[in-house]
Amino acid sequence: MIGVGTLREVRDDVRAGRRKATDICEQVVARIKAVDGKLGAFNTVTAERALASAAAVDRHPERATLPLAGVPVALKDNLSTRGVRTTASSKILEHFVPPYDATVVTHLERAGAVIVGKTNCDEFAMGSSTENSAFGVTRNPWALDRIPGGSSGGSAAAVAAQITPLALGSDTGGSIRQPAAMCGIVGLKPTYGRVSRYGLLAFASSLDQIGPLTQTVEDAALALSAIAGLDAADATSAPEHVPDYAAGLNGDPPTLKIGVPRALLDEGVDAEVSAAFNSALEVLREHGARLVDVTLPYAGAAIPVYYLVATAEASSNLARYDGVRYGFRAAAARSAAQSGQTMHDDLRAMYGATRAQGFGPEVKRRIMLGTYVLSAGYYDAYYLKSQQVRTLIRQDYERAFEHVDVVAMPTSPIPAFKLGERLSDPLQMYLADVFTVSANLAGLPAISVPCGFTSANLPIGLQLIGRMFDETTLLAAAYAHERHTEWWKRHPTL
Amino acid sequence: MTNGFSRAQVEAVAALANLELSDSEIELFAKQLGDILDYANQVQKIDTTGVPPTASVVTRHSADRADVVVASLDRTEALRNAPDASQQSGLFKVPRVIG
Repeated sequence: MIGVGTLREVRDDVRAGRRKATDICEQVVARIKAVDGKLGAFNTVTAERALASAAAVDRHPERATLPLAGVPVALKDNLSTRGVRTTASSKILEHFVPPYDATVVTHLERAGAVIVGKTNCDEFAMGSSTENSAFGVTRNPWALDRIPGGSSGGSAAAVAAQITPLALGSDTGGSIRQPAAMCGIVGLKPTYGRVSRYGLLAFASSLDQIGPLTQTVEDAALALSAIAGLDAADATSAPEHVPDYAAGLNGDPPTLKIGVPRALLDEGVDAEVSAAFNSALEVLREHGARLVDVTLPYAGAAIPVYYLVATAEASSNLARYDGVRYGFRAAAARSAAQSGQTMHDDLRAMYGATRAQGFGPEVKRRIMLGTYVLSAGYYDAYYLKSQQVRTLIRQDYERAFEHVDVVAMPTSPIPAFKLGERLSDPLQMYLADVFTVSANLAGLPAISVPCGFTSANLPIGLQLIGRMFDETTLLAAAYAHERHTEWWKRHPTL
Repeated sequence: MTNGFSRAQVEAVAALANLELSDSEIELFAKQLGDILDYANQVQKIDTTGVPPTASVVTRHSADRADVVVASLDRTEALRNAPDASQQSGLFKVPRVIG
């Protein structure tokens, strides 16, 4: 076996005493050393801390009974880890060491998981290719000359390359689902509020949500049960009961109704993606699901609404990175040579220079767009208007869910593209998020599962979108597809 | 609404955002922001008369809590990541604010 197996296999073996958590952890660290030079999935590897926490699982019998006992996990580098640098793949946070853990990190460690490192991503999660990182690109394990998707590309590559059975990502407009699709794995964006965002470096606070990337639907369910729940430290986290999501996965749901927004899928979808999507629907239909046509009249506006709302929120969230509190401050424009001290002309000059040197081009572009959208005279025309259309997009889904249990569409209209291919045209890059952003705007849970490969052997993802807080039905539908297909069993050769 | 972005507009927005831009960045952003906003202008055509805005999808619960004092971040730790701070006085240090 190349990897350590699925989350479920690792957990069951550790619980039964068949494998030791430390052996599993050592195997993961060795695999990172062996393959990450090719992939660039990790920004930081926490081997020592991981081995210590694995040893604690082996030493204390009560830890070996935990729901994620001994499960190695990789964290997107925008999730705060106490004492371990957390960069969001930005130069401005290159040396930032958080003084606290994100709530999801606390939950994972309490559940017995072993954190092995921090994964590369687009800077501050802004991007769809993981090319916007200050620390280099991550490569797709299926084709090293291609992007892994983004922004959680390092997390997706780590799971696809069988380095870890579980990784966490964050999803603001598709950043878990799209890289999961492009790397041939499962990626789940929970309902907004299902998982606490405390300790997630904020990009767009009304859209951001943390979720798992795994090899199987069951693993995603197990991980979600571990990280979900109300948190006093995040006022938007929800009080809804957290069920045992994995327990809901047994066989085919008897009366599943799947909505298909055909009108959306006519244009701009790669032919091989389209064919794989249709086969996936056929699999579900053969096993008892009913396919129902639905219309989402405002879905066409989702991309502009998303990029107006998300950049507005980002420009506000990223104002805090100003060279005062978080590590990086630009060297002064002029220095007081005598004293050896550096001095800026004034505070504003220091802000401007620090942000100019600390942020990469995509982050600057979005800060500029968001600042403009929020500026006097344009607020109503852009920001308020997009929030109104956001309401119409939510209502589209509310109407659809009166007739169906989940809505299906491809995760990405295209398979993984070549590194560098789209960097010079940001608008083209944004348009590729067409199927993922609406779940964030409406706050809905959504999952991407492997549903085929192109003739060039690139993975294709099926996306299912569910009702608010109904991850149970969403996961059951995804599981029904997985049980009757073999795509998820394929692994890339590195 | 936009039809392109002038250099002066880009510079004005950059000043609001506390972002120093190079000449080539000003040039590039003038074009790119113009393109993106031209595309985004399609939202203007949608009739939103009487539609309430969605600022957040959280509608079901109140986040009120009891006003109780609890332990918060230690000051020494909070200052530790600062590029310039006085641990002794418990202060972040910044360049001159008043000229």
